[in-house]
Amino acid sequence: MNNSHIISANNLSFSYNGETVLENVNLTINENDFVWIVGPNGGGKTTLLKLMLGLLKPKTGSIKIFGDSPQKARRYIGYMSQHILLDSQFPVSVLDVVLMGRLGNGRSVGPFRSADKEIANEVLQQVGLLEYRQKQFSQLSGGQQRRLLIARALVSRPKILLLDEPTANLDADSEKDLFELLKKLNKELTIILVSHDPAFVSDFVKRVVCVNRSVHEHPTTEISGSYVSEFYGDQRRIIQHDKHLEED
Amino acid sequence: MIEFFSAVAEFSFLQKALLAGVLAGVACGLVGPFIVARRISYIGGGIAHSVLGGMGAAYFFSNVFNWNWLHPLYGAVVAALLSAIVIGLVSLRAKQREDTIISAIWAIGMAVGIIFIMKTPGYNENLLSYLFGNILMVSSHDLWQIAGLDLLIIAMVILFYNKFLAICFDEEFVRARGINVEFYYLLLLCLTALTVVVLITVVGIVMVIALLTLPVAIAGYFTRTLWQTMILSTITTIVLTVFGLALSYNLDLPSGASIILLAGFLFLITIFGKKIVAIFTSK
Repeated sequence: MNNSHIISANNLSFSYNGETVLENVNLTINENDFVWIVGPNGGGKTTLLKLMLGLLKPKTGSIKIFGDSPQKARRYIGYMSQHILLDSQFPVSVLDVVLMGRLGNGRSVGPFRSADKEIANEVLQQVGLLEYRQKQFSQLSGGQQRRLLIARALVSRPKILLLDEPTANLDADSEKDLFELLKKLNKELTIILVSHDPAFVSDFVKRVVCVNRSVHEHPTTEISGSYVSEFYGDQRRIIQHDKHLEED
Repeated sequence: MIEFFSAVAEFSFLQKALLAGVLAGVACGLVGPFIVARRISYIGGGIAHSVLGGMGAAYFFSNVFNWNWLHPLYGAVVAALLSAIVIGLVSLRAKQREDTIISAIWAIGMAVGIIFIMKTPGYNENLLSYLFGNILMVSSHDLWQIAGLDLLIIAMVILFYNKFLAICFDEEFVRARGINVEFYYLLLLCLTALTVVVLITVVGIVMVIALLTLPVAIAGYFTRTLWQTMILSTITTIVLTVFGLALSYNLDLPSGASIILLAGFLFLITIFGKKIVAIFTSK
């Protein structure tokens, strides 16, 4: 096994109640990759993500993160969940939300320590939300909430960042801000992002993986000028779904 | 009001009632905010009503077999914890028909309790005090038990505040951090169960859920974080119980119902007050 492979799935299969969701998945992810996982609803994107997080166990085959089981490698992974808020008035401050990312890191009972709060402040600074730290979560805009959830994933000092539908219901400007942030983070982190948006991906994504029961990797090709930039206001790439990359 | 406080200085049953109100306020203020934030007040209602089964059984066995040690409060604790765990497991595992199962436990618990109480020989004035509370009948023994439950609730909330908050906010994320979400969720429901037991002495089974949610809803209008909500709703509950008691003493009204009516009234004032303030400040 190549050492630069930080995640490797070998003949990975998974099924819910006898129905196969993922079949014979082989996938390797390298350090500092920016991987976009696309696919139709029910195609198995989220299942693949949950297998990487160790929330599900493979039926057959294996998945290794830094050569270990996902449960053991948990501390290397920062996770941005597809967050659904039950109560729009949920009484929680920005700082409270970031600190949730420190759970499972240090002391398991009692209040957070000052070291935890220092890291939380650093990360809030990094995503540009430090001045909002005493605000209530619900007072933030949609784009700010997403950045906060990224901060929560970063506060455990991970090496891999997993994001589940980070751009869902975001306007174009907030989406652009979010990608600028991810681009900056990608210099130090491996980023894996799940989205159902099948056609267009931002121009700094390095690999596109399509999950629909099986897994295929597509090349991204730049399309020059044309109507795409007219619609989106910046340059994007289009995935060629008819061409598959050979296994490397 | 002055009349009430001079009566408090004179009568020990009023002192005990006030003390019970303060102790209930603490339990309520610490646990209520989690229930409101996680939107599980229906689960709280289910636990509260099923408690009658345990109280009725304890009442029956202590009378029929002369088990004088078997205080109805013990039956309440056992039934509350049992139904918290059953309802909790159902809500974690069976995603469908969760409300149907909670309703079933709610009604079955009450049915068991009513049968036991009705089959207990003698005159059963207890049923009414279980259902609607009787804070004026609180004994020193009851107070010690409530204080013990309070201490347990305080300790648990201090130890696990961060985890409870995170689980109420985003269960999936906490699970991915490698934390046993099921365990802490059930623990939170068990604390809810103990709080319900504390509150039953004050307002009775039927009105527990109002005291568990209304002060939190009122406090929620003025606070940004969960611990602020806890402090303010604790104070709100204590104030409501004191004034509710005074009201019931002066006008000779049932105490539990007076407290709840006052809570409902304050809740409405808060909603409309906020709206009116918003209208004036926006101009």
